[in-house]
Formats: sequence, C-alpha cells, structure tokens
Amino acid sequence: MPASTVTIARYVLIETRRSGLPWLAADCVFVALGLAGFLSQVAITEGAALQAAAAAALLRACAIFLVIAYVAASVVREANDKGLELALALPISRPAWYLGKLLGYACAGALLAAFFALPLTLWAAPADLAAWTLAVAAEAAVMAAAALFFASALGQTVSAIAAAAGLYLLARALPAIQAIASGPHAVDSTPGQVARWSIDAIALLLPRLEGAASADWLLYGAPPASALVQALLALAIYFAVLAAAGLFDFSRRNL
Amino acid sequence: MTTAWTSRERPVAAVPGWILGLLAASLSIQIAWQATGAEPARDASDLPRAPAAQVLRLAGFGESAALARLAMVWLLAFDSRAGNAIPYQKLDYDRLAAWLDAILAVDPRSNFPLFAAARLYAENDNPAKARRMVELVFARFGEDPNRRWPLLAHVALLAKHRLHDLPLARQYAAALQRQTTDPTIPAWARQMEIFVLEDMNELEAAKVVLGGLLATGKIGDAEERRFLQSRLEEIERRLKAGPKR
Repeated sequence: MPASTVTIARYVLIETRRSGLPWLAADCVFVALGLAGFLSQVAITEGAALQAAAAAALLRACAIFLVIAYVAASVVREANDKGLELALALPISRPAWYLGKLLGYACAGALLAAFFALPLTLWAAPADLAAWTLAVAAEAAVMAAAALFFASALGQTVSAIAAAAGLYLLARALPAIQAIASGPHAVDSTPGQVARWSIDAIALLLPRLEGAASADWLLYGAPPASALVQALLALAIYFAVLAAAGLFDFSRRNL
Repeated sequence: MTTAWTSRERPVAAVPGWILGLLAASLSIQIAWQATGAEPARDASDLPRAPAAQVLRLAGFGESAALARLAMVWLLAFDSRAGNAIPYQKLDYDRLAAWLDAILAVDPRSNFPLFAAARLYAENDNPAKARRMVELVFARFGEDPNRRWPLLAHVALLAKHRLHDLPLARQYAAALQRQTTDPTIPAWARQMEIFVLEDMNELEAAKVVLGGLLATGKIGDAEERRFLQSRLEEIERRLKAGPKR
C-alpha cells in the first residue's frame, strides 16, 4: 500500500476525531442506555433481552447513519473548499487519494462500531458481541464506501446521503421484497414476470445485509464461524465493488 | 463534436488498467456470489410470534392502513420462503390467527385479514386448522356484520360442506341473519339458516325461522316472498308426512 494512502487515511482519522462525530456517537450511546433503562422499567419479562435487542438495533442504525452522513458531508465540504484540488496538486495519485480516504472512513466506521459495542457488554456474551461488532464494522465500511462513491460522484451532501441511505434500506429490504414477488400469489403475467426479473437483477447488484449484525446474535448467540465468514466475505466483495466503481468514476473526472 | 457531458469526463483510456480490472473482477464476483448464494432453508411452520397490535401500530408511524396491508402481503408470502410444495399446510395456525388478529386490530376496516382467513387459510385439508380459521372469522364477524357477512356466509358453507359440522354452519347462518341490518344483503345469505336446518332435518326449527323471517316484513320482493312461502308450505307438508328416514 502506498505511503501516501496511509497518510491520507491517518488524516481522515484525525479529521474524524476533531469533528462532531465523537460527540454524536457519545449522544447515541446515552440515548441507547436511556432507552434500555426505560425498557427495563416497563418490561414484565425478558428485560435483559429486550434491552440488548433494542439497544443493539438502535446503535447499529446510528452507526450506519452517522457514517453515511459524516462521509458525505466531509467529502462534499472538501470538494467545495477546493481541498481536493490542493491535495491532487501534491505528488499523490488519484487512486492513492481515493483509497486513502476509503481506508480512513472504513477505520472510522470500525472505531464507531467498537465504541457502540461498549454499552452492549452489559447484556451480551463477549464472543457474540465480538461477532456483532465485527459485522457492524464491516457493514459500516461498506456504507462508508457507498457514501464516498455517491458524494464523490454527485457532489451534493443531501443527494449523497439520500442515495447511500436508499441503497442501505433497499439492501436490507430486498430479501423480503423478493419473497413477496415470488410468493404463491404473485400474478403470473408478463408485467409480473418482468417485475420479478427486475427485482432479481437488482438483487445481484446489492450487498447482502439481511443476515449481518442482527440483534438476534446478542440474544441467541452468534452464527457459526462459517456463516459469519460467509457474511463478512459477501460484505468484503461489495466493498471491493464500490471501491472499484468509485476509483473508476474518480479517475475519469475532469477536475 | 464535444458535448457538455463528454467535456466533464476524461476518456476511459485515462483510467488505470488495474482499476478497470478491479471493477470487472469485483463486479463479476459480486454477481456470481449473489446468483449462487442459496437462501437458508426454513420450515414454513417457523412463522414468528405475532406482535401486539400496539407494537404493530407503533411500527406503522401512524400509517395504519398501509402497514396492515403490507403486513398481510408479507404474511401471505411467508411460506413461499420455505419452498413449501403445499402452501400453508405447515404453518402454525395459532400463530397465524394471532397475526391476523393483530393486523385486523391495526386497521379494523380492512377486509384483507378475514378474507385471507376465510378464502385462503380455511381452505386447508387439515380440519383442525380449517376450523381455527372459520372460528376466527366468526369471532370477528360481530364487530362489523354488514361488511363482513360475505365472509361469514363463506365459512358457513365451509362448515357445512368441508367440516361436515351442520350445527356450526347453522350457528354461523343464524348469526348472519340476526346481526346484519343492511337491506342490500341478498336473500340467499339471510335465508341460509333455513336451508341448513332443512339439511339437519330440523324441520320444526326451519319452519319457525322461515315463518319468523316472513313475519318480520323484511322480505320486500314479492317473488322472493312467494318463494319463501312455498318453502314454508313444503316444510309443513313434510312435517305432516312424518320424519324422513
């Protein structure tokens, strides 16, 4: 890996530490703990399970949303401030710059996942929590790559956040949509067939997020190592797709 | 000719070869991975426990009508995940009934849950499961008889022909006749109890019900009144002739 890539990644992490992201992350943890405390008062049974599930689901969503918003805002701001032109005027290649950014944001996502795992130690077994943290870190890395790609290509914060969040929600919902589309009550007409093919085609281009980092893992145990590796491998493949697409787009752009 | 679009992009040749190779390779692996990845086999009986109606309402963020219908679509598609050759046969009907109850509580004006119960889930060869569904339809019929009568009429027929439970069919038919007030409900539905009673050879009861129906003056159509009068006379003739053997 080029030294310039590592340097840029380090500066991304420094920027992250100095930004409002750590404070927002701390707020999320306080909100999750508050929610868990409230639920412990109203649950008549399975109190610990309810607290763990609610806190894990909330923190996972917060991690993904914070990563998407932070990456999109950071990339667009840097472009608007002409920081990108300044960086590329230095002896740094475009791929090195892009990969450095990607590496930095992915590390920031991993740190966020580790930080969000801390309150969950109150309720979850260490091994299950480790698997959950690893999966959330991988998911955050994929969404950081998506946000970087969209922010770099679209150049607008709101559009980039909407596109990345839409990609995430669609990927999470697609298995259910596919099941419904191919269900026993699906209309067997040409438009119906076209709709099913279209959904299947979209599924080929989306990551598999439905099985990754579920709060179930903290309640009923993490999946077997082989299933965990498979889930992480799928995320790694998609991370590579987004990185390659981003590099391609960035290399073609006239700056 | 140079367009505004092309002027913003550098040619593909400007992209380093390894990036093109990485894009092609990663995209190919992604598509192959997704295309070959099999869904984990699930048993159709693993329908999750139904949440409380309040939880479902909360999940809808105020869009109860949309949520109820989407939940029904999800529920209908549920067993397709299991590669189940015989739809619904393996589902846990107690859980299914709880789901239908919860969805109906979210949007009581929706016909969808009880329609699915009567027309789909009740068409089960397992009598206990079919009975569970017809009971659900009957239990919720009283909340809105004028809108739900077609479903009760259907489950009354199911009780008669599929479950071969004439007392149950009569109970439903009687409820349909007594609880509905909409004058547009067709005569055949309101008179269903009489036919069930005849099938049960309960001619005295059929005579009372038919006579009562005629006496209420609810039958506005002269032809219908004449037809029912002829049925009443026929029942009286059969009663005079003695019990059928």
